[in-house]
Amino acid sequence: MTQLADQLVEYIPRLRRYARALLRGDALAADDLVQDCLERALSRLHLWREDSDLRAWLFTIMHNIYVNQVRKSVNSLALVELSRDLEPQTGSATAELHLELRDLNQAINSLADDQREILLLVSLEGLRYQEVASILGVPVGTVMSRLSRTRDKLRNLMGETKHARLRRVK
Amino acid sequence: MTYRAPITQSDLQAYCDGQLSPARRREVEQYLLDHPEAAEQVDDYQNLNDAIHELYDPVLDEPVPAQLAIHPRRQKRRLVSVAAAAAWIGLGAMFGWYMHSTTVSMTQPGPLNLHLVQPAAFAHSIYTAEVKHPVEVPANEQEHLLKWLSKRLHTEITAPDLSAQGYYLVGGRLLPSTDRMAAQLMYERNDGIRVTLYIRHGAWENTLTAFQYDQRGKIALFYWIDGPLGYALAAQLSRNELLKLSETIYHQLN
Repeated sequence: MTQLADQLVEYIPRLRRYARALLRGDALAADDLVQDCLERALSRLHLWREDSDLRAWLFTIMHNIYVNQVRKSVNSLALVELSRDLEPQTGSATAELHLELRDLNQAINSLADDQREILLLVSLEGLRYQEVASILGVPVGTVMSRLSRTRDKLRNLMGETKHARLRRVK
Repeated sequence: MTYRAPITQSDLQAYCDGQLSPARRREVEQYLLDHPEAAEQVDDYQNLNDAIHELYDPVLDEPVPAQLAIHPRRQKRRLVSVAAAAAWIGLGAMFGWYMHSTTVSMTQPGPLNLHLVQPAAFAHSIYTAEVKHPVEVPANEQEHLLKWLSKRLHTEITAPDLSAQGYYLVGGRLLPSTDRMAAQLMYERNDGIRVTLYIRHGAWENTLTAFQYDQRGKIALFYWIDGPLGYALAAQLSRNELLKLSETIYHQLN
């Protein structure tokens, strides 16, 4: 059991990263979500099956809390803030990169919840499609098709901003 | 080039996410050489993955705020419940350790335990938890990996093919063991379950043993001696599942 608690602790940074991305950069709300997730996990450790993946279980808990509690309150606020370190530094060699990351951040923040969740669970957390499907409670085919649409959308968007910038430069 | 099945959008996507079997991955790699548009798409997808990490990975390096152990804005009652749960876990751990030390280790002393089971379980727990660096040499350099391990262990090391059982080789690494070197090969199932095969020489008493079972926490192990080499297969799987894999491996190596 102590191993379990230790493993829980090890996952905290990743849970925080995911929650931060999920809540569009709102660090306070994200850590609240992580806190709720950990408390619920601790109180339900006896329900955790030995042969299942702890990480997937934690993300399932977090998803459920997000859907049932957080989303309702957060979505009423338009939280499309930029993180400070993502502000472009004009004139520097990295300015272009920062601009692109900022655009991407905005684009991801404006995605529908299910699209953002799938993208983050796969791209950021490196979870398998099957795991994502069971976390979100949707068929694996749905995960793959939504992911594909989301990526194409972001790809086009990033392509457009790149071209727009090139035109401006000319 | 002919493919076992046509390369689809799903394949391209799974390729970017590292979710293809090694065989299929090779087919996609070949396909990308012949299809520059698909290659560009894959390139964009991978850039997107990288950018997403660049955006959010800094959170990983932040110190975890104390509020995640204890949240200042919440009532004490909730804190107490977390602390109580943690205490129960501690008690459970002490009890588990006590049971473990009296029932498992006491009945299985000896060199196999010390030189094979213990280090194999330890190496398993360390490296299967790794996300970015589970292996030193990945499966796409399998030939190089096995040549290298064979050279260092002075024995021909082969990687059993467990794809029929649904496990794909992730790769492997060289490890220092108690008094020799050891090789660890890692396999992964589609649902993320990882299995490691630990191989090393030793001054074993017997040159052939039956499969023996042991458990270290949640990690189940089957181990056996075959000739000069000791093998330990470790995973968080049921005894039966692991036994089947051990038998498959044993037959392939003989």
